Amino acid sequence: MQREIFEPKIVGFFCNWCSYRAADAAGTARIRHAPNVRVVRLMCSGRVDPAFVLKAFALGADGVLIAGCHPGECHYLEQNYKTMRRFVLLKHTLQALGISDRRLRLVWASAAEAARLAEAINEMVEDIRTLGPLNWPANWTDDRGHLDEVEKILLEHQQAMEIGR
Amino acid sequence: MAERIGVYICHCGSNIAGTVDVAEVTRWAGTLDDVVIAREYKFMCSSLGQAVIQDDIRKEGLTRVVVAACSPHLHERTFRNACANAGLNPYLLQIANIREHASWVTTDRQAATNKVKALVAGAVARVRHHRPLEPMSVNVNPHTLVLGGGIAGIQAALELADAGYPVYLVEREPSIGGHMAQYDKTFPTLDCAACILTPRMSEVGQHENIRLLAYSELEQVSGSIGNFRVRIRRRARHVREDKCTGCGLCIEKCPRKVVDEVFEAGMGYRKAIYTPFPQAVPKIPVIDTRSCIWFERQRCRACEKLCPTGAIDFDQQDEFLDVEVGNIIVATGWELFDCRRIPQYGYGRLANVFTSLEFERMCNASGPTGGRIVLRDGVTEPQSVCIVHCVGSRDQRFNTYCSSICCMLSLKFGHLVMEKTGAKVYACYIDMRPNKKDYEEFYQRLLDEGMLFVRGKVAEITDVARTPQEEGKLIVQVEDTLLGKQRRIPVDMVILMGAIEPRRDARETGLKVGISCSMAGWFIERHAKLDPVATMTEGVFIAGACHGPKDIPDSVAQGAAAAARAQGMISKGTVKIEPVVASVNEDKCSGCRICNNLCPFNAIDYLEEKTVSQINPALCKGCGTCVAACPAGAITGAHFDRDQVEAEVSGLLWDAHGDGRPATGAREPALEPALPQE
Repeated sequence: MQREIFEPKIVGFFCNWCSYRAADAAGTARIRHAPNVRVVRLMCSGRVDPAFVLKAFALGADGVLIAGCHPGECHYLEQNYKTMRRFVLLKHTLQALGISDRRLRLVWASAAEAARLAEAINEMVEDIRTLGPLNWPANWTDDRGHLDEVEKILLEHQQAMEIGR
Repeated sequence: MAERIGVYICHCGSNIAGTVDVAEVTRWAGTLDDVVIAREYKFMCSSLGQAVIQDDIRKEGLTRVVVAACSPHLHERTFRNACANAGLNPYLLQIANIREHASWVTTDRQAATNKVKALVAGAVARVRHHRPLEPMSVNVNPHTLVLGGGIAGIQAALELADAGYPVYLVEREPSIGGHMAQYDKTFPTLDCAACILTPRMSEVGQHENIRLLAYSELEQVSGSIGNFRVRIRRRARHVREDKCTGCGLCIEKCPRKVVDEVFEAGMGYRKAIYTPFPQAVPKIPVIDTRSCIWFERQRCRACEKLCPTGAIDFDQQDEFLDVEVGNIIVATGWELFDCRRIPQYGYGRLANVFTSLEFERMCNASGPTGGRIVLRDGVTEPQSVCIVHCVGSRDQRFNTYCSSICCMLSLKFGHLVMEKTGAKVYACYIDMRPNKKDYEEFYQRLLDEGMLFVRGKVAEITDVARTPQEEGKLIVQVEDTLLGKQRRIPVDMVILMGAIEPRRDARETGLKVGISCSMAGWFIERHAKLDPVATMTEGVFIAGACHGPKDIPDSVAQGAAAAARAQGMISKGTVKIEPVVASVNEDKCSGCRICNNLCPFNAIDYLEEKTVSQINPALCKGCGTCVAACPAGAITGAHFDRDQVEAEVSGLLWDAHGDGRPATGAREPALEPALPQE
């Protein structure tokens, strides 16, 4: 039996003004790209509650793609900077939970950058194909691995904050 | 009570049905929870398609509607209206974008159909959580602010003022007129620019409905559509507007002469107290404090002594004027590319290399040379001139876009040089783009007049001669791509057609009024084709070359269009604004104030006495950043609330949890190796 190609399921959180329009434009211009990203339209990438991302993984997403306007081009002036901060935080959290941070991406795409967005989507889909399915909801186990990872991050934070020196 | 959801799948002719198994999706959608009707239709957006939805709302008592069709940016409004007309709150509708995001993305029928199912499932899951919303109605202040007094701004201001609405026209320079006032002739008709512009300028100056605020700048904008509060900095002219009669005696007697870098483009001089040009509106001069002898070393005051009305005031300070307006039209124009950035073209190093603006001033009868075309020495007429196109435009190193007006500008220059001096004129171009009404005919005319066209991008302009004929000349090194040969063209004068660039402070202006800029720095319109005048911020419009390179007719058209849009709102009196805003649940708010600093629109106030935060719905633009940040979950983002988004995510992943995956993935690792930490 031939092995089926793994088709990752990716949830996209796209801002209404730039990236969602870029995704529209990619379709309109018939720029063929991987159909694996299922897009949720939000008014701004700043609306992306970190809980949404974790929820998506918890519901079985293999990856999450956040897309917004370029820094300095936010329709809401500067809210994408806040997305940037949350993105870094989220990556850390994901690592702590034992999920590769390659499963979460942040892409800047202006409304005119359909080709760039399509390329970013293809890249991400390929990358997640190599990672394989996440199957988070089905894979909760209580082995030591989680705790070791969490402790590593705690230690790193302590060192960074110079706690207990 | 369970919702009664209707799902409508559009074929969009073959646009969707060509790649997606619409029948299968419709059948499957009918099996989803709470879906009472699932239908397919050839064109949902047609009036017949809308009627199908409306009939079902009335007869089947639908409480929610999902339309799976094109992007919500195209037809959300159509279907919202359809729902509203059938008595369903328009916000109880959700669009699944199955065309742009699915059928046009792939040619794989199976993959497209799968994605459409996920998108429909997401929309169905989400729409269940929708809540009815009512758009807010706000009154529109009849005043309009026009920012920039070039030809686009002048046109916009006059259109509004003539319609009977009051306008504040703010201009940074001492006089309105903009770049057009600097030109001699205008293509392709060769009308004298001043002859057609100055009547419009004086109309602005005298109009009872226009308050002209020249030598002023936008300081700050707050509020939103219908009710903007604007603070304008009125820079100190050091000449009192209420007393000055504009006689010009002060200018005549001022002993200090300096190079005029702005209006004369560095080609001519002006006094320390000056009006940029004789027909300036307002005709009141300003004192340039950087060159005035009094401000430099506390001596002179000649103007003050001689002013017959005592209008000179050396102690004048910048003043702030606060005005309230309903709409803002931004027409801040463009700047010329700094040709020094291409050193091999020699501008600033080789005397007889001119920029297009310098040449405009030289051609102008009221300019520094009285309209004579001469070399930098001020006497010698050139025997030959080369015009270099696309200097800084259509160039990956500088600006990738086409500046669009330079081809015609070059033809106009060619005509003027030949007419005034009889010199031989070369133009080195990449492509000729005379693409508007009567432009091609003008190109043909110049071909007939004997202008010489060389197709090729100029590599270098040098004064290093290789042959005796090149001695004392500027040599233009260019590959003639039609002949397939390198050429060295010796000429007396070179004119660089510098790129039209956005204002250096365009981003800053954009931030103040709430317009975003493209990568290049041009203001972004709401829709590239259907709404080139409005911006993403309601009540803020753009006109002229701040939106992209434009010639005079286009700037005028856009100025008039922007005025018409503002006028429409003023004459209606009220405007409906989207109810997509955030609000704070005071019972849940702990008063931590995390959200307070997140809002760039200052919509969140902290109520000291109640120790809670509060959101002003008129200022909130609905981005949702505060909603995402609230640790207590006390902020609700209407139409993008947590339960709505999470339900959509859950629907989108319908095939990933539940029946889509095995319950225990025994062979999958429980953990992925975390990336090594530095």
